[in-house]
Amino acid sequence: MTAPLLTIKNLTVTFPTPKGPVEVVRGISFSLGRERLGIVGESGSGKSMTGRSILKLIRPPGRVTADEMVFDGIDLMGLRERRMRELRGARISMVMQDPKFSLNPVMTVGEQIGEALQTHRPMPRRQLRARVLEMLEAVRINEPERVADLYPHEVSGGMGQRVMIAMMLIPEPDLLIADEPTSALDVSVQAQVLDIIDELVRRNGMGLILISHDLGLVARYCDRILVMNGGAIVEECAARDLDKARHPYTRGLLAAMPRMDEDREELPVLDRTAWAAT
Amino acid sequence: MSAVRDWLLDDSPSSRLQASLGRAWRSFSALMRNPLAVAGALIIVVLIVMAVFAPWIAPHSAIGQDLANRLAPPSALHWMGTDELGRDIFSRVVYGSRITLMIVTMVAVISAPIGLLVGAVSGYFGGWTDRVLMGVTDIFLSMPKLILALAFVAALGPGIENAIIAIAITAWPVYARIARAETITFRDSEFIAAVQLQGASSVRVILRHVLPLCASSTIIRVTLDMAGIILTAAGLGFLGLGAQPPLPEWGAMISSGRNFILDQWWVATMPGFAIIAVSLGFCFLGDGLRDVLDPKQRDGR
Amino acid sequence: MAFEPSPADSSARMSAGVMAGQAARGVAGIARFVLVVAATFLGLLAITFFIGRVVPIDPVLAVVGDRATAAVYEAARERMGLDRPLLVQFFSYVGDVLTGNLGQSISTGRAVVDDLGRFFPATLEMATVGILIGVALGVPMGVTAARRQGSWADQVIRVLGLLGYSVPAFWLGLVGLAVFYAGLGWVAGPGRIDIFYEGLVEPVTGIYLIDSLMAGEWEVFWNAASHLLLPASILGFFSLAYIARMTRSFMLDQLSQEYVTTARVKGVPERRVIWRHAFYPIRIQLITVIGLSYASLLEGSVMIETVFSWPGIGRYLTVALLNADMNAVLGATLVIGSVFILINKVSDVLYRILDPRARR
Repeated sequence: MTAPLLTIKNLTVTFPTPKGPVEVVRGISFSLGRERLGIVGESGSGKSMTGRSILKLIRPPGRVTADEMVFDGIDLMGLRERRMRELRGARISMVMQDPKFSLNPVMTVGEQIGEALQTHRPMPRRQLRARVLEMLEAVRINEPERVADLYPHEVSGGMGQRVMIAMMLIPEPDLLIADEPTSALDVSVQAQVLDIIDELVRRNGMGLILISHDLGLVARYCDRILVMNGGAIVEECAARDLDKARHPYTRGLLAAMPRMDEDREELPVLDRTAWAAT
Repeated sequence: MSAVRDWLLDDSPSSRLQASLGRAWRSFSALMRNPLAVAGALIIVVLIVMAVFAPWIAPHSAIGQDLANRLAPPSALHWMGTDELGRDIFSRVVYGSRITLMIVTMVAVISAPIGLLVGAVSGYFGGWTDRVLMGVTDIFLSMPKLILALAFVAALGPGIENAIIAIAITAWPVYARIARAETITFRDSEFIAAVQLQGASSVRVILRHVLPLCASSTIIRVTLDMAGIILTAAGLGFLGLGAQPPLPEWGAMISSGRNFILDQWWVATMPGFAIIAVSLGFCFLGDGLRDVLDPKQRDGR
Repeated sequence: MAFEPSPADSSARMSAGVMAGQAARGVAGIARFVLVVAATFLGLLAITFFIGRVVPIDPVLAVVGDRATAAVYEAARERMGLDRPLLVQFFSYVGDVLTGNLGQSISTGRAVVDDLGRFFPATLEMATVGILIGVALGVPMGVTAARRQGSWADQVIRVLGLLGYSVPAFWLGLVGLAVFYAGLGWVAGPGRIDIFYEGLVEPVTGIYLIDSLMAGEWEVFWNAASHLLLPASILGFFSLAYIARMTRSFMLDQLSQEYVTTARVKGVPERRVIWRHAFYPIRIQLITVIGLSYASLLEGSVMIETVFSWPGIGRYLTVALLNADMNAVLGATLVIGSVFILINKVSDVLYRILDPRARR
């Protein structure tokens, strides 16, 4: 494998509180090639903050520090906001959790997708429109002409999230961060949305960071898995080796998952004392 | 001292008194951590002290004329100068605090209970009672307040009592809206049902159980409205419709200083500073109270 | 000086607003909206009627003034129909108002309607320039304060906002005159225009700035503008304080929205993030705020006009008040009240029509 797409060393995110600064991400390091990496953890484990700090979108008073954060040979830490902006969307993009909140309510779907492309590659209206429709088709939307002119409140959650994917992939970025892309959706459309992400990521040969609290889902769609707890990475393994995971937290998470061939009366509850000492 | 504090902050108070004192203490200490609220409270304390002890604080009489010494600029003897009749402006401002305090108190005492009662009755009974009462309230709300007060004073005749009545008439609808909104949120709750099952009359339920629960949001609103009431009262005084000379009402004082504004600026300016200070005081305190007692309404003004 | 509408006003507006929203949807909705507006106007009429006929101990005296002769008194009493039942009196009053009969003013001797028509343009001119100043400065200030929450700019804007609640308009007017007219000589003094220019321009709209431009009289225009600048700026200050405060609060809410982050993820330039993504959705709420502020400027002009001897409705009202000229008082109250209500309701309708979320 050539040089990795993204290398992160000792990334820390700090927020000040009345009781002093709190580290929500505590010195994590990992690297990523053109592969599918899953980050798993409970809410508050720092996984979303990790995603946002790669895009340098932690708003003040939050603070991001890292010994190294290099994307495709570019040092992100030393990058000016202006250059960073050229990178956002165009080369690193992010699908967010809930289309109900993450789509602008007073712009049509088509405008919002178009804007993502237009920002980085200005082009005539007609051509832009064609690209938008093409992209909507790529995320399996049936009547792209009609949907492009709808406002976000007029589309369903599953369709909204496909619009989000279209918007984030239209400039053809190299890395997509998907932050809980399906947790706000009905179970019936979750798999469909993830399949679309998976298909497009493979087709374009991109890197993917899939952030989720759902261990099974991450295991199914990723090559490699990081397990985060309390702002730190507690386990790193290949997806197929998940059942061999050693860290008590990961084991606890695995044990708490229901299975098809279930014969347990009760699902075990995470026993937090097991790793609290570490 | 710390024993008292522990008793106040006890997580499981053993009496109703301890619980309510503890809650009051918590609110109070939260308020004291807000510098603007403290400043506001201080200003209002100063206003009250000035009003109560006016004869001792004021160096001169409020109405005693000294024509030889008229329109004197601010000096060590007359801190804010003298007016066109040689009266000491500082002393008049001090005595004027009594009028201001009386106006805001009277307006609050008249309009808040009316508003509370209308709102609580409207919310508690619902249906047609609600529709009619809120219809009237909304009509009053969509009227320009100052103009309405002016028209009422015109009909009632100038004077401080009529000014108070006119302002109170325009102030109550806001409280009715608030009380109604609050009442509706707990009208169908268990404890109201429990009181009703014990056979309490509607009057008793409203007076003993509904109104006390509307109190905190009404107090916040009244405090925030104080600035507006002071400004309206001063405006009426300025137009010659409120307090009549020689009463040292701040608005009327500005009005009499109007003719000298170009040369003897202090006559009209000084009472204005008093109005601004007191209004700001109520704004600060009201903002602070809202943050402490009712965090969800922040920025809603 | 209720320059700022209270939150309860807005909650009241909301209920009317919901009806206004449906107005965009169907004839039934339009009928309902008209009904609400009509009911509010009827309420205003009921209040002015109440003030004019019920509150005064002797309504006749209140209308003709205490200097009237016995004959005038008797004639007025008969004309007012005070012997008839109150409800009948009210309906005939409503009829009079609807046909434009507001009675005669005892101080000018003319029909109140004519007086109001003559004085209204002056008020309109001042309030309009005032709101333009308030919007032009208040909106950018509010946006800046929200973008730099907690910075010195934010603090300054916060203090300005609180001063807007605490400074008496008439006092600020006097201080303004002392400083900018007498002290610095930057603006012209009280009145609408120097006596020298009076009558030079044929009144068409009654708004001097427009009339002088239409006549091509630049000198008159500049003179009128220099008279207008100070009072309009003071009105503008009060609307600025309110508009900046509301803009700030709306923008803070917007900037924490997830879709603003989405725009940043897409790499959209910051200026476009602020204006297209954060500001654009609130422009409709702002229209309502500006409408309310405009309406309260009409109200605030009563004080400012008195200080600046500005021959508008506000001054007409205060002069009438001091002369106990009840017909004129009630007429002016009615006009200001109607405009106030109308602006309120119209900004509601606009809100409901313009927001795609409310359109469906």
